[in-house]
Amino acid sequence: MTSGSWLRLRATVAERGFDLDLALDAGERLAVLGPNGAGKSTLLGLLAGTVRPDSGRAELGGRVLFDLPARTWQPPHSRGIALLAQDPLLFPHLSVLENVAFGPRVNGLGRAAARARAEHWLSEVDATNLAGRRATELSGGQAQRVAIARALATEPELLLLDEPLAALDVSVAPAIRRLLARVLAGRTTLIVTHDLLDALVLADRALVLDAGSAVEDGPTEQVLQRPRTRFAARLAELNLIRGVAVADGVQAGPDLVLQGMAAEPLTTGEPAVAAFAPSAVSVYLDPPHGSPRNLVAVTVSEVEQRGGIVRVRADDHRGHKLAADVTPRAAAELDLYPGREVVFSLKATAVALYPA
Amino acid sequence: MTRTESTLPRWVFVMAAVGAGFVLLPLAAMTTRVDWLRFGELITSESSVAAFWLSLKTSGASTLACLILGVPMALVLARTRFPGQGVVRALVLLPLVLPPVVGGIALLYTFGRRGLLGATLEVMGLQIAFSTVAVVIAQTFVALPFLVVSLEGSLRTLGQRYEVVAATLGARPTTILGRVTLPLVLPGLLSGTVLSFARSLGEFGATLTFAGSLQGVTRTLPLEIYLQREVDADAAVALSLVLVAIALAVIGLATRRAQVIR
Repeated sequence: MTSGSWLRLRATVAERGFDLDLALDAGERLAVLGPNGAGKSTLLGLLAGTVRPDSGRAELGGRVLFDLPARTWQPPHSRGIALLAQDPLLFPHLSVLENVAFGPRVNGLGRAAARARAEHWLSEVDATNLAGRRATELSGGQAQRVAIARALATEPELLLLDEPLAALDVSVAPAIRRLLARVLAGRTTLIVTHDLLDALVLADRALVLDAGSAVEDGPTEQVLQRPRTRFAARLAELNLIRGVAVADGVQAGPDLVLQGMAAEPLTTGEPAVAAFAPSAVSVYLDPPHGSPRNLVAVTVSEVEQRGGIVRVRADDHRGHKLAADVTPRAAAELDLYPGREVVFSLKATAVALYPA
Repeated sequence: MTRTESTLPRWVFVMAAVGAGFVLLPLAAMTTRVDWLRFGELITSESSVAAFWLSLKTSGASTLACLILGVPMALVLARTRFPGQGVVRALVLLPLVLPPVVGGIALLYTFGRRGLLGATLEVMGLQIAFSTVAVVIAQTFVALPFLVVSLEGSLRTLGQRYEVVAATLGARPTTILGRVTLPLVLPGLLSGTVLSFARSLGEFGATLTFAGSLQGVTRTLPLEIYLQREVDADAAVALSLVLVAIALAVIGLATRRAQVIR
């Protein structure tokens, strides 16, 4: 643990088998992954101040959050840590503007200043037009935008996100993810998520928890590309190709453009990710003629029998490790073995494009 | 908004109608016995007017006392866990099931001249039993559980999630209570307040035992009605109708307010 860290936490909660030592630099964004019951909620509770550890110490920006059993305990309201949950939890008796102004007001800002701050953050999340609405009149995506503005309006020293996109409709989640990527840049953030894309797009670093302890910790892509635990490996099963958004897809190399379905228009020239499941891949020995499909030339690196299917791992020589699932019969007919040159083919409708 | 058709069997409606009749019929029967010619005179007699105002004042005061004591009790019961909490809750709710006359005796042995605190209070120059203060204490004793039960239920239904969010936004405990918790349980708080006011208004047994029946001092409307029934049955019926009217007005007001808030 480096002493220059912005956030340092060391805590044990015996009842939940939780024992963790964690350090975060200022501006660092950490994704916390792990199976249910791994201790993700406990970690959030310890930081937010709703869970009291048996022993441990935490510091944020040089201030002690808790030091037990030395009996130092900062209550949640004086920690400077904001929490954005899966459920937006906007105060139903207040308007959207009043919700966002709530934090600044209770932190001592005058009515006018709090209102100005709230308006600023509503415009940051593109929700200015919702200011006068009642919180109960919003759709899920709108409510989560407002909840993001409300959390940021307190200018927290640490932002906790608890599966912020999990409750949203799949048609809305990409836009909110992109919004989060924009507003979280340079902000010390801890994101609990089950979603690989959240980790890749929103975080620089990934921590995998299991049974209350850290089992993997490192740069997000490294953790996901060279997973050492079964959980991270399962997460990493989704194929990802990174590149730059172009007019009709994601350009990942001079001769590789992946076409897919973008939930919202991508900005040409900005980093983007194409994601697809191994089950969506068809494997050919030669490029099929006249096919409108995405074609990726790869070299098979591993062929693995898994239950009723065969998992084919392959390398596209651009740094992408890809996987395809085929039937045992197809694997036999194609005569797949490590080192064989094949073509992965994908329907555009099976490829999801995201801004990165 | 369209409502889903109910799947209730027909006999449930029949039983429900019988139940409603059971509640409403006695009220109707009483109304038929009202002597309308003397009604005005009966309810404006000196003793009636005195009882009426005393009832309103003491019920108002006891409702206030219920709020001051009951809101913190409901908050502690709903938001904390401590050893013996179940026992504490059961004991606090005891006046709900206790015969009021027993409550009156218990109060007498607490605040009465020879009661647990009575001697100390008397040294301080305070004599509570058989005073208007005693009426308020008796009413508060029986009405408090109504507020606590109603509010605790609302608090549990609401859960703590909004309060946690408010705290992480920097709100102090008192601010959270005033700006988040209480506004969100307002319908429950309001119905609890109305229930305890109504219970105070109807309080009889504990009042008679602990406060006695002194005109203008401790003789509230229910006591006046009971007394009049022996002397002038028409006056008792007329005053009963007044109590029914007040109760209806209070309930009507409360349900309308609750709807506006929702």
